[in-house]
Amino acid sequence: MLVNISFGSVTIPFKNTLAVLFTNETTNQSWHYIIWDYRVPKAITAVLVGSGLSLCGLLMQTLFRNPLAGPFVLGISSGASLGAAILIMGASAFSSVFSFSIFNDTTLAIASSLGSFLVLLAVLSVALKIKDTMSLLIIGLMFGSITGAIVSVLSYFTSSENLKQFIYWSLGSLGDLSWLQLLLLGSIISIGILLSVLSIKPLNALLLGENYAQSLGIALKKSRLLIIIATGLLAGSITAFAGPIAFIGLAVPHLTRQIFNTTEHKILVPAVLLYGAIIMLVCDSIAQLPGSASVLPINAITSIVGAPVVIWLLVRKRKMVF
Amino acid sequence: MAIVGVNGIGKSTLLRTLGNLQQKIDGVVTLENKKLSEYSPTKLATKISLVLTEPIASKNLTVLELIALGRQPYTNWLGTLTEEDKIKTKEAITWVEIEDLQHKKCFELSDGQLQRVMIARALAQDTPFILMDEPTSHLDLYHKVQILKLLQSIAHKAKKTILFTTHEIEVAIQICDKMLILGKNQSYFGTPCELIQAHHFEKLFPTDMIQFDANTGSFKIK
Repeated sequence: MLVNISFGSVTIPFKNTLAVLFTNETTNQSWHYIIWDYRVPKAITAVLVGSGLSLCGLLMQTLFRNPLAGPFVLGISSGASLGAAILIMGASAFSSVFSFSIFNDTTLAIASSLGSFLVLLAVLSVALKIKDTMSLLIIGLMFGSITGAIVSVLSYFTSSENLKQFIYWSLGSLGDLSWLQLLLLGSIISIGILLSVLSIKPLNALLLGENYAQSLGIALKKSRLLIIIATGLLAGSITAFAGPIAFIGLAVPHLTRQIFNTTEHKILVPAVLLYGAIIMLVCDSIAQLPGSASVLPINAITSIVGAPVVIWLLVRKRKMVF
Repeated sequence: MAIVGVNGIGKSTLLRTLGNLQQKIDGVVTLENKKLSEYSPTKLATKISLVLTEPIASKNLTVLELIALGRQPYTNWLGTLTEEDKIKTKEAITWVEIEDLQHKKCFELSDGQLQRVMIARALAQDTPFILMDEPTSHLDLYHKVQILKLLQSIAHKAKKTILFTTHEIEVAIQICDKMLILGKNQSYFGTPCELIQAHHFEKLFPTDMIQFDANTGSFKIK
């Protein structure tokens, strides 16, 4: 985390970073500003995003008993994209009528949360009706396709400037969060983690399959709902504030299972939180391109760094733990 | 106690209904003078345990972990195992004689071994009733008899009611205390001897190909 904070477009020596962080030394006012109002919030965001998404991935992979499931299989990120797309691409039309712009970071967060929340509601109402979890997976993917298609149609008709703005959002960003926004994100993620901890027992029972879980006294529908709500809170809030960050949620649970060689969720839940945070920090540090003034999109880095690691682990162990 | 009948007559449906895995089509299911639907999931889990035909979702559990999951109805919200849970798990392992397997992962086991592990898990759940859906399918004759003998000893010594569906009518006749023959219009329940004397096995299958021989308790091809 310290290393992460010391990297950035403006070069601040590591020693001075520590000094600013721990001794309140204010020899250089702009360094102080950069560190406290930009880099520390960004590092905390990275921790929250990394752990939250990884936990979502674990929940979904166990619930659907599918190693390919991730935080976004329920269509949450597509819903967020739709919200963001409507705002970004609709805002210009709106502002030409009302002569002021409604587009800023806060409205973007609100729009994408609304989008993901609507999709989540739709998935939940379906989840209450159907008995089969696998059809839930397919329905989630279908919702994703629908919203994806609407986004495509919107972007087809929009100006290139708006399109660029949307693509910029979809690349994900850990920066630009105020302390207040961080507090909000942190609280929502805490609730999500709490719900997940409450689901540890049902999650372990689900390792045997749904029928066995039920015969062990697990209230199946209630647990499923709890897991979906936890995922919705985690993935929804993260996507709203940091954009649809790919890969972490899919990869970290696999990585953790390989390393710990267990499927026991009492170990996996905290381990996934920890690894998610570490990997996100590492990815973000790489994205800062230490020593240079430019910053790469975080979404690209997570996949470029993460995919080879997972491939390497699988090849080395030869057998996937799932 | 064995449930027998031709394919598609509803053996598994009956078992799944009794195990509360699916909605009843008609009628009332009661357990100890109380409707099945009135039990809370946890309470029911202390009464009935299941061994199903479906494969378990994660074969990466170790045998010990899997059997310990049978203690879930008794553990706290986090699923922490108490001393008593560990003792019950150990007992189940000893009973089924799989001490040498307990640290193996489930994907390393043969079908017969896995079936014994699943039985141990049901034993660890410590319920008066155990329902099993075709516990002997996929097994060779020797292991079929081995499993059924094991079930017999559990039923008699641990005083449990074990209800299972099977196609091994001839073996079941020799081992079971009671049998239920499911028929299209009428079903029959009794000891194997009573059922043989009442000629109920003759009507079990269409008679154009095979015939039941009451003297040997087996089916002969015509």
